[in-house]
Amino acid sequence: MRYARWAAVLAVMAALAVVVGCGGDDSSSDSGSKVKAPEGPEALKTLGDGEGEVNLIAWAGYVEDGSTDPNVDWVSDFEKETGCKVNTKIGNTSDEMVTLMRSGQYDGVSASGDATLRLIAGGDVAPVNTDLIPNYADVYEGLKDQPWNTVDGTPYGIPHGRGANLLMWRTDKVQPAPDSWGAVFDANSPYKGKVTAYDNPIYIADAALYLKATQPDLGIDNVYELDDKQFQAAVDLLKTQREIIGEYWSDYTKEQAAFTSGDSVLGTTWQVITNLLEADKVPVKAILPKEGATGWSDTWMISSKAKHPNCMYMWMNHIISPKANAAVAEWFGEAPANAKACDETAAKDHCEIFHADDEDYFSKVAYWTTPTKDCGDDRGAVCKDYSEWVQAWTEIKG
Amino acid sequence: MGAGLDRDQGVAAALWRRPRLQLSLLLAGPIGWLVIAYLGSLAVLFVAAFWRLDTFSGQVVHEYSLDNFRTLIENDVYRSIVFRTVLIAAAVTVTDVLLAFPIAFYMAKVARPRIRALLVVAVVMPLWSSYLVKVYTWRIILAEDGILNWFLDPFGLHGPGFGNVATWIVFSYLWLPYMILPIYAGLERIPDSLMDASSDLGGGAWLTFRRVVLPLAWPAVVAGSIFTFSLTLGDYITPQIVSSTQFIGNVVYTNVGVANNLPLAAAFATVPVVIMILYLLAARRLGAFESL
Repeated sequence: MRYARWAAVLAVMAALAVVVGCGGDDSSSDSGSKVKAPEGPEALKTLGDGEGEVNLIAWAGYVEDGSTDPNVDWVSDFEKETGCKVNTKIGNTSDEMVTLMRSGQYDGVSASGDATLRLIAGGDVAPVNTDLIPNYADVYEGLKDQPWNTVDGTPYGIPHGRGANLLMWRTDKVQPAPDSWGAVFDANSPYKGKVTAYDNPIYIADAALYLKATQPDLGIDNVYELDDKQFQAAVDLLKTQREIIGEYWSDYTKEQAAFTSGDSVLGTTWQVITNLLEADKVPVKAILPKEGATGWSDTWMISSKAKHPNCMYMWMNHIISPKANAAVAEWFGEAPANAKACDETAAKDHCEIFHADDEDYFSKVAYWTTPTKDCGDDRGAVCKDYSEWVQAWTEIKG
Repeated sequence: MGAGLDRDQGVAAALWRRPRLQLSLLLAGPIGWLVIAYLGSLAVLFVAAFWRLDTFSGQVVHEYSLDNFRTLIENDVYRSIVFRTVLIAAAVTVTDVLLAFPIAFYMAKVARPRIRALLVVAVVMPLWSSYLVKVYTWRIILAEDGILNWFLDPFGLHGPGFGNVATWIVFSYLWLPYMILPIYAGLERIPDSLMDASSDLGGGAWLTFRRVVLPLAWPAVVAGSIFTFSLTLGDYITPQIVSSTQFIGNVVYTNVGVANNLPLAAAFATVPVVIMILYLLAARRLGAFESL
């Protein structure tokens, strides 16, 4: 009897194995190479009264109500003026934000370029009626009507700000000071086991960016449009880097703790993390390395299932108002979207430091965007799409 | 009221006359929960493993194919992740057996009742505090400027840092009570007279342990190992906090939370289910279920 049961289990498993082995060769479907706006979600026509609250998904440091630092607060005024209570959920990665938005429980999101198109294609966000947002007029022209926030001339969001991913190190542990991403890709790094990197497939672009500068024969132009050979080179570089990585970070508090304790001494960061560490008197410094950097250009988008659309429109208008936009840009360490914000910053040279209107500078920053099959140039549809990036990332981490 | 009483008595009598109906009514709730909520979700998981994801829009397409399983089989990385997870789960289990057996033996056979009660409380106590607090505490202990390195530094040694070793240590700590309690219960069931008899017949301590205690306590050890092994196998939070190591659970988590690839996650999640089925079948042969 007992053996009969065993045999049954084995038979089931064998059957499963056969089925798996004989899996048909039906070719994987071609994923849409060009984004098409789905029919359905429509923009708000007229602005009504606030609904009393608004639920946001945001990057750490984008929605501050004074609870992190009493002096950092651009939410309380908004709540008082509009009566919309702001509830925020921090998203650590673009992927997390997309997943959260799909839950349909949020009114809006501060999406980076590697999330926006996915949200638009998935029908998760609605077009934005910019007439209802007076401050939109003052947004830099270079940020309006961009491929990551507009489809077929229809705007799907309000530009929030932009900036670059930086290289940070502990000044007491890392000498001499690095000026290149080479510091985190050096297989013989003296800081082996103390190097950190952003735990997300999009980080593959950082390796591609370094290869673009150091191995010109690979012919990398856009670091998000990688064909087979280029992609493999980036993945190989990251597999070498895996040997010197102590731990990856995606939760910004994890990186903050790791730099404080000295478990990480060198790696990628956001300006806001550097600010938080400096506030805690941890000796760190962050720079934009000579190869340039990957970066973000963020967009506030409204959910197609928003339960508080009026409050969301008020929020979108508020966050790009000169004062709030200046405050968030200074706190997070990025260039504001509103040209008038430059007059409102506490540090008068903030917009110069972060190159707010310097389109030439931002041409060196590779904004996060969703990799697609279509390379976007004459190579055709031979590039690696995001699902392949995700799989490669699992392989890199091993 | 009288009529209500009559009706109640009528129902009771009807049930009394049909013991089978009585039994099935009693069990309908628990069995329904088991079948619908518990096995049902497993079935949904298994079905989802055959769907696929439209990679750009991120929507799940309900077409049946074996692409997910093929991806899992053809990719080295998934094999090595399964291998690593099973290996660490096995290492944790062995470590916990080695740590738990002496403690359980002391509790069951040596300690006086008052000490025994104290020890039981001490073993169960960590279960009262939050899992996350315990893991983060270990993160602080193992950190670069943590207490472990402070302690080892004078000897010129250095802690393991955050990695596979850290996950092994933390898991061994976390699941130790789940090993001690079954072994303790198993040892308590062995009559002292058997040990006396063994020594009367000239058996030394080691021989008695090997030939008398261990065979009798073995089912209990296997029962404990089911807990330590399966709990390690399914965990994904500890590896994330004290290392950048990927367990099966981490891959499932990233595929759900990061890539939104529910079908691949479901396919990978069937792997630990299969491993545990095999483990439980083996455990049953070793008689573990009688000592749970």
